[in-house]
Amino acid sequence: MKKRTGRLPALFWILVLLLGLGGCGYNTIQTNEEAVKAAWADVEAAYQRRNDLIPNLVEVVKAYAKQERETLTAVVEARAKVGSVQMTKDLLEDPEAFAKFQAAQGAMTSALSRLMVVVEKYPELKSNQNFLDLQHQLEGTENRINVARSRYNKAVEVFNSSIRTFPNNLTNKFLLHLKLKEPFKAEPGAEKAPTVKF
Amino acid sequence: MRDPFPGSPLRSWKNHLSRQVAVTMKKIFLFFCLYLLFLPGLGRALEVPPLRGYINDYADMISSGAEAKLEEELKAFEQSDSTQVVILTVPSLQGDPIEDFGIRVVEAWKIGQKNKDNGIILIAAKEDRKIRIEVGRGLEGRLTDLLAGRIIDLVITPRFKRGDFDGGFQAGAAALIDAVRGEFKVEETKGFSARKGHPLFPFFLFGFFFLLFLGSISRILGGIAGFVGLPALVHWALAPLGFLGWLITALIGLFLGFILPSLFSTGSSTQKGRTSARGGFFSTGDGGWSSGGFDGGGFSGGGGSFGGGGASGSW
Repeated sequence: MKKRTGRLPALFWILVLLLGLGGCGYNTIQTNEEAVKAAWADVEAAYQRRNDLIPNLVEVVKAYAKQERETLTAVVEARAKVGSVQMTKDLLEDPEAFAKFQAAQGAMTSALSRLMVVVEKYPELKSNQNFLDLQHQLEGTENRINVARSRYNKAVEVFNSSIRTFPNNLTNKFLLHLKLKEPFKAEPGAEKAPTVKF
Repeated sequence: MRDPFPGSPLRSWKNHLSRQVAVTMKKIFLFFCLYLLFLPGLGRALEVPPLRGYINDYADMISSGAEAKLEEELKAFEQSDSTQVVILTVPSLQGDPIEDFGIRVVEAWKIGQKNKDNGIILIAAKEDRKIRIEVGRGLEGRLTDLLAGRIIDLVITPRFKRGDFDGGFQAGAAALIDAVRGEFKVEETKGFSARKGHPLFPFFLFGFFFLLFLGSISRILGGIAGFVGLPALVHWALAPLGFLGWLITALIGLFLGFILPSLFSTGSSTQKGRTSARGGFFSTGDGGWSSGGFDGGGFSGGGGSFGGGGASGSW
């Protein structure tokens, strides 16, 4: 009898620990971080896709609109700049690097939309089948970028709040040491990616 | 507290009043909940209409004869290829870009089979004269943005421009089907092979043994552990529970904590008890925790996901 009463508090603490493990959000945080990573992979893929389209686009436009050298150069330069941004592993946790990445991609977006405005002046280019095809691809890519970005932001929101709320914040503080992830911020002119309207 | 005027009209009036107040409060509360539920949707211009079938002709663009024929075709295609092709027409986008509306539709409807992501939605907005094809992730390889764009430009738009909506939808659907035919097949051994242990299974197994352990020390201890443990485990590991859920799972836990030890502690050797306990848990675990299978019988999306692939156009 005496033995049993002595064991009870110990068992009680085991129980508390067990419940604590389920409730401290360890698994939730891990799952949420994986979701952020997956969403980021989509963002990267979408941007890469756009980057891959640009050489063809520039070629086609060049053939019909040689005068627009300036606009074309801006696109090519923006592409080079995007390529020069280091895609490090902790890009998502480094506000400065992330802002740089976003700025480079934003410059790309605005250079492209300027090109697409310029193109309006060349009816024979606009009826060129190659150009029409590229236009569809570019449009599709911009839409993918938009979708991927908003999904990434949603995943980041979930992740960030999951490491900041109690009791998960303690789990993160003592066990996981994960940092907050950066979301895309709306920027004047660039937040609306499909400005490439035709 | 005793009522000073039992049975008096004042009392019944008071009762009536309080009941009235309670009902009003309930209504206000319900309304508030509904308001909260739809709060995220308030800022949006156009809500996603409910999925009715393969053809969701909210703008009345397709004649009933063509609609029946198309419905038949798309159904047959899903039966052979498991790929879902769905058509939606809306009267107006109310100022939304069709891409934004499109992504909301695919997120709400989840057309296409899960894990195959083989859904296609053809959206037409009548007043805006806009078309969009949304392509599921699994079909992006076959039906590229380019091909979707060409189908819009060369197949659908010319017919729509002539006012031939029936022809546009029929030819468009046929082109979409031709583009993705053969990419996926219907699986014959559906369900059985896909059945896997729940990822949380070890959790429950562990909890079960813990319960058994505590219960064999003391019934009351086991009962308490079950009462607290089961709802907590379900709440944090499986899905957040409401008050009723907590109550029910707590009672189940209490019952389990109480009854399990007496079920399994009859054998003299613990080894024997454990193996039989395991068998018992397996057989109930399979039926008890596997969710899913609430098919209403009507048409529904299979859980396919979309990544914004596809193309838009206007006529």
